[in-house]
Amino acid sequence: MVGVEGSYNDKVVRQFAVMTVVWGVVGMLVGVIIAAQLYWPGLDFDLPWLSYGRLRPLHTNAVIFAFGGSALFATSLYTVQRTCHVRLLSDKLAAFVFWGWQLVIVAAAITLPLGITQGKEYAELEWPIDILITIVWVAYAVLFFGTIAKRKVKHIYVANWFYGAYIITIALLHVVNNLAIPAGWWKSYSVYSGSVDAMVQWWYGHNAVGFFLTTAFLGMMYYFVPKQAGRPIYSYRLSIVHFWALIAVYMWAGPHHLQYTALPDWAQSLGMVFSLVLLAPSWGGAINGILTLSGVWYKLRTDPILKFLIVSLSFYMMSTFEGPMMSIKTVNSLSHYTDWTIGHVHSGAIGWVAMISIGSIYAMLPRLLGLQKMYSTRLIDTHFWMHTIGLVVYIASMWIAGVTQGLMWRATDPENGTLVYSFVEALNATKPYYLFRLGGGLIVLAGMLVMGWNVFKTFRLAGASTAPQAVLPPDVADARA
Amino acid sequence: MVPGLITAALLLLFVGGCIWLWLPGHKAALDAAAQMPLDDDKEETA
Repeated sequence: MVGVEGSYNDKVVRQFAVMTVVWGVVGMLVGVIIAAQLYWPGLDFDLPWLSYGRLRPLHTNAVIFAFGGSALFATSLYTVQRTCHVRLLSDKLAAFVFWGWQLVIVAAAITLPLGITQGKEYAELEWPIDILITIVWVAYAVLFFGTIAKRKVKHIYVANWFYGAYIITIALLHVVNNLAIPAGWWKSYSVYSGSVDAMVQWWYGHNAVGFFLTTAFLGMMYYFVPKQAGRPIYSYRLSIVHFWALIAVYMWAGPHHLQYTALPDWAQSLGMVFSLVLLAPSWGGAINGILTLSGVWYKLRTDPILKFLIVSLSFYMMSTFEGPMMSIKTVNSLSHYTDWTIGHVHSGAIGWVAMISIGSIYAMLPRLLGLQKMYSTRLIDTHFWMHTIGLVVYIASMWIAGVTQGLMWRATDPENGTLVYSFVEALNATKPYYLFRLGGGLIVLAGMLVMGWNVFKTFRLAGASTAPQAVLPPDVADARA
Repeated sequence: MVPGLITAALLLLFVGGCIWLWLPGHKAALDAAAQMPLDDDKEETA
């Protein structure tokens, strides 16, 4: 029997891993409901708390912060223990982080349908919840960095650098963007106004993508891709260059969300240029992950977990090519405010974020439960194909819808300069693709239910005998001697 | 002028960091660091 200090705290990791699946199903279900509402607008039944405007932020918050957030808590707390050869700093703090984060999610699920919102995209939650988020986040930072501080190995593995940068940056972004004057318990006014408010919001919004949805998941990639492939990362040197280049450049790309607005033109151009520069570290990192399979490509034939991880990197490369392209002003004039943006976001969210999370959870869960593998490898493969097909249907339909909208909105009569199409004509042209999008989303959601079943059966297989796992010796080199 | 100099200094720092990383003397330590995710699998095998 291993003593508490001589074992890892896997309880919190298991809790967050399970909630990743639960919130994934919930978040994607709300996404499917609002996709259906866009095709059949009567589906809100004239109830305000079922209206599209209230459910849409519930969907984005649920998939980003509940599903993605839980996956990041689970994997970061797993990785930091295994690569530091030490138990988490404090079990109580770990429990506080888990229950605190669940409370934030429940508070969001109640307040958003009630119409309580700051009206800032991805930062809708009102000030009392923002304060709770800050407290939980500081506790998480103490837990993560405290564990690194008491590590038993000299080097801090690169995945922890990515997770660490994400924790620090999200704290900064969250506090600065949510600075507001309360006007009651559930109403506040931002301290910023006009184009400054817009710039702060999209500095936050883009870096939420950059550091929450990219940097942190790259931390996941740097641990779980080598782990699942059974080989070290292709180039550790490149991973370090990747880290510094990415965090130096990402901060400046936010203004590309505000092309052709009241934002000063130089700031718009700055956002465009930094977005284009971002292509280099993004692709460098993704190639580093993919080339880790050099010599073991055959594993892709039999290991659906590896398929999830590697295909996620392919979608990461596609999204990080598409994003800089869309930031170019002339392209943006066609793409902005159309469904092309929705397609781009979901290529990143369902393709990159969800696939790397799902793959990592499948890779981690059996190890957490003392099993060799998940209950059914075949079901993982089924899930992989459902997820991939649903995703391709989704993003292809949104690309077509978006480009159609962009072209129809900008079409003018050369004789007199008037618009060729009315808005409703463009809407009608788009409508069939909304049905395809709904179909794609349904397939992805069904895949998540398959995952839920597989996870449930894996827990049943493990039973109650989840013995604590022994911490690795202080230094593996010593242990081998 | 000053922002330009700071940008140039940061750029040089980045290039210098890359050169430092690729110095032959660091290879062994970096190769060992890259093995860290695989350490517990090796323990199980041993």
